[in-house]
Amino acid sequence: MIQAAIFYLLAGATVLAGIMVISARNPVHSVLWLIFAFVNAAGLFLVIGAEFLAMLLVIVYVGAVAVLFLFVVMMLDIDFATLRAGAMRYLPLGLLLGAALSVELLLVASAWEAGAIAPSAPPRSGLSNTQALGTLLYTDYVFVFQAAGLILLTAMVGAIVLTHRERAGVKRQDPFRQASRTPAETIALARPAVGAGVETEGGVR
Amino acid sequence: MVAWFQSELGTGLGWFVAHLLFALAIALPVMAVMAMSTWVDRKVWALMQLRKGPNVVGAFGLAQPFADGIKLFLKETIIPTGASRGVFLLAPMISFVLALVAWAVIPFDAGLVLADINVGLLYLFAVSSLGVYGIIMAGWASNSRYPFLGGLRSAAQMVSYEVSIGFILICVVLYASSFNLTEIVEAQKGAILGVFSMNILNPLLLPMAVMFFISALAETNRPPFDLPEAEAELVAGYQTEYSSMAFALLMLGEYMNILLMCALASILFLGGYLPPVDWAPLYAVPGIVWLFLKIVLVFFLFAWVKALVPRYRYDQLMRLGWKVFLPISLVWVALVSGWLVFTGHFSGGGA
Repeated sequence: MIQAAIFYLLAGATVLAGIMVISARNPVHSVLWLIFAFVNAAGLFLVIGAEFLAMLLVIVYVGAVAVLFLFVVMMLDIDFATLRAGAMRYLPLGLLLGAALSVELLLVASAWEAGAIAPSAPPRSGLSNTQALGTLLYTDYVFVFQAAGLILLTAMVGAIVLTHRERAGVKRQDPFRQASRTPAETIALARPAVGAGVETEGGVR
Repeated sequence: MVAWFQSELGTGLGWFVAHLLFALAIALPVMAVMAMSTWVDRKVWALMQLRKGPNVVGAFGLAQPFADGIKLFLKETIIPTGASRGVFLLAPMISFVLALVAWAVIPFDAGLVLADINVGLLYLFAVSSLGVYGIIMAGWASNSRYPFLGGLRSAAQMVSYEVSIGFILICVVLYASSFNLTEIVEAQKGAILGVFSMNILNPLLLPMAVMFFISALAETNRPPFDLPEAEAELVAGYQTEYSSMAFALLMLGEYMNILLMCALASILFLGGYLPPVDWAPLYAVPGIVWLFLKIVLVFFLFAWVKALVPRYRYDQLMRLGWKVFLPISLVWVALVSGWLVFTGHFSGGGA
């Protein structure tokens, strides 16, 4: 009873946050609502007893991905008028995608109801969430897991290659050289005669 | 305690009342200690610079934090016209609440913990990674240049150092084979030569302890990594437009986060509520006293560093995070796990 109440509270908040994401006028507010949706989804994971996944959702999506997302959106100078102008043009496509998703969800849900999909039994009893997931990932699904890692690595290398530029004439700082400088290398003391001044070749070396 | 309340008030209500009281019993002392920690911070800082520090209000200036609190409370809350009102007011609350809820999983003594969840360390990590939102929202909602720059700096800094903190935590978790904080503490009992109960004395974990301390400084925006509020360039960073209680909440959240990091360092590397030496008479002292002493010690280090080192440049900070700490901690995870498999640490049970 309490569990159901908490579920409906979190689910309702998630749906509300989802609606606010697309209807908020300010893109930064949209991202903040998205983060609220993530946190609520983590709460839903907790309700079904998947505490490890809930924490991972908060750490990875809320703590890292959404921060970078918010970062980019905050820096963008977005013109709201042009953003809204195309809304009607994209509406049919959006509705089509939404309908396709709903049909898929409906199919899965009805298959579940009909008993065509049975939830697989937990791997071993007496294990905590974390241990059970680790045992599964690193034994039965180790190749899939490694493949996922490789795909992520490829994406990472790709992102670095795309954004890396070799530019000439860039002033670089070498922290090791900076830290290992001694006063003898950089400071020259002089005691010039009054009115004579000091002749140097380039000022500060 | 819970059983007594449940017998008096019924199962559901009794559980609720007992846990509410327990939460208050944690939150109120934490806030009191946090208030005094501002005094300790200023006093240590002053003594290092041969100044006197706060010494006017109360004996040794001990009432200074409360005088500051009353002053802030009586001031007017100013919301800039261009500010995004809702987010502007939400930001200090988020940063304060997040700093407070993290204490729910800290074990103060054997069994003396509000929520003994088996992903306690992940919960702490998640809450501390959420902490960045208070700052980034404050910076953005102020609609002003300095706070915005401060918010951006802080966001980038906290995300960068969280990565290496994650790997450092994994090293400790490997030794304890658990994310539960109580089990992490218990795993340190007499772990070193059968005598010392401190992870930091483990040669494999000592470098991690040092790196954790430095990352914690960066994570809590403390000197030498206090670039988000670098007063010479950004006035007060993301706090610039805040006044009165909103400012107080931001600052208290910051100090509470520092204390939390001190508590986490004590639990992960200094043996938490265990006495430093596994010797029976020492267990007569309550665990909470040991934990408190360890937190004070780490906090003193925080205050010490503040007085000792000049501020980093931002590119140096990023370089340290991504090019030094991340590779070292990543290699260290492999090293520690390799060593533990080699010595058969996981052969007895576990997963």
